Amino acid sequence: MCDTCGCNVTPGNAKFAYQPVVPGSTAVSVLQGLLKKNDDQAAHNRAHFDRRGILAINLMSAPGSGKTALLEATIAALKGQFKIAVIEGDLETENDAERIRAQGVAAHQIVTGSACHLDAHMIHDALHHMDLADLDLLFIENVGNLVCPASFDLGQHLNIVLLSVTEGDDKPAKYPVMFRGADAVLLTKTDLLAVLDDFDPDKAERHIRNLANPAPILRLSARKGEGMMAWLVWLQGQLIEQRKRVEAGATQRPASQPEGARLHTETA
Amino acid sequence: MHELSVAQALVEQVEDLASQHGATGVYLIRVRIGPLAGIEPELLAVAFPLAAAGTRAEQARLDLVMAPVRVRCQTCSAEGEAQPNNLVCGACGDWRTRIVSGDEMILETVELDIPEPIVS
Ligand SMILES: Nc1nc2c(ncn2[C@@H]2O[C@H](COP(=O)(O)OP(=O)(O)O)[C@@H](O)[C@H]2O)c(=O)[nH]1
Ligand SMILES: [Mg+2]
Ligand SMILES: [Zn+2]
Ligand SMILES: [Zn+2]
Ligand SMILES: [Zn+2]
Ligand SMILES: [Zn+2]
Repeated sequence: MCDTCGCNVTPGNAKFAYQPVVPGSTAVSVLQGLLKKNDDQAAHNRAHFDRRGILAINLMSAPGSGKTALLEATIAALKGQFKIAVIEGDLETENDAERIRAQGVAAHQIVTGSACHLDAHMIHDALHHMDLADLDLLFIENVGNLVCPASFDLGQHLNIVLLSVTEGDDKPAKYPVMFRGADAVLLTKTDLLAVLDDFDPDKAERHIRNLANPAPILRLSARKGEGMMAWLVWLQGQLIEQRKRVEAGATQRPASQPEGARLHTETA
Repeated sequence: MHELSVAQALVEQVEDLASQHGATGVYLIRVRIGPLAGIEPELLAVAFPLAAAGTRAEQARLDLVMAPVRVRCQTCSAEGEAQPNNLVCGACGDWRTRIVSGDEMILETVELDIPEPIVS
């Protein structure tokens, strides 16, 4: 089997091999993830982060769930202790980056135009415009969208998905790909729970468990501060984990099954 | 519509394969997609001709094979079908399961037009 084209027929996937239907054609078994180039670039980005001991975190949610507000409150609490930078993804504007800069940390805005998600190449380009020296935490605020960003690995170590209590508590059931891939889910704007009686946080949790996702589910209000402490403690725990991994020469991909793509392309 | 990005990545990958094998055209591209891959097959089918225009994959037939969602229970080891938004074990009801099929997005096979080498 030729090495360069990615042919790798094993006993496990040989059942997919088949006879060509067009006479005279040559069938080539490939068995490669469709987004292989993005995934390779993402692994390269992750190596950049690991070499510098940076923990990279991808924030995803519907538009308006409170990603930027969470970043503002997180930066205000941690900037004395850690060096933080932010990459902002947005369809049109620089507004979010300006909100972050007002907190006194560096922010690079990626204006995606028609692209409804960030990809690993955009992140690599952004890194060239940023000072990564001594950085502890890099947050990436993805484009507000519960569908497309879920498919593109950026090189982050963790996916955080936000669900605000002004949305439906059944959103995890409607967007299973996104919520299955979360390393932590944040139920945000909990200060509004008192005035909204149709969002049941326990129901939201059950929908997330039904996706076989064991991720911690934290309830918080960035505006009022309730629940922020647990989030900040979790975050600092993750930073310690990342430092241990870096010391051990290991890395971590964000949630979904770690063996994911490999399971489907290589196993027996 | 991120399916256009995915279609572009697919065409790029197929073009690479065609080059490596000295192919002049592509007859068929077979892709296996699970409901939890985050790709709408219909949208991928719409985006494909746009991405393939002007490439060796232009005339290729895109064959999308749907993978079923299947999970294996980490508690009782049972394996069975599941729904994309309900991956709970059908046998014992525990939610601690692993996906064994249904989240993949894989280029399985391409059928290439490789001209016969001219033997003199
Ligand atoms: N009541 C309340 N509103 C919030 C909270 N967090 C964000 N918001 C509001 O929700 C809107 C969207 O927030 P933003 O952070 O821009 O969301 P993003 O699009 O996910 O970045 C803004 O009007 C915020 O002021 C919160 O904890 N409580
Ligand atoms: Mg924002
Ligand atoms: Zn080959
Ligand atoms: Zn690089
Ligand atoms: Zn999209
Ligand atoms: Zn079970």
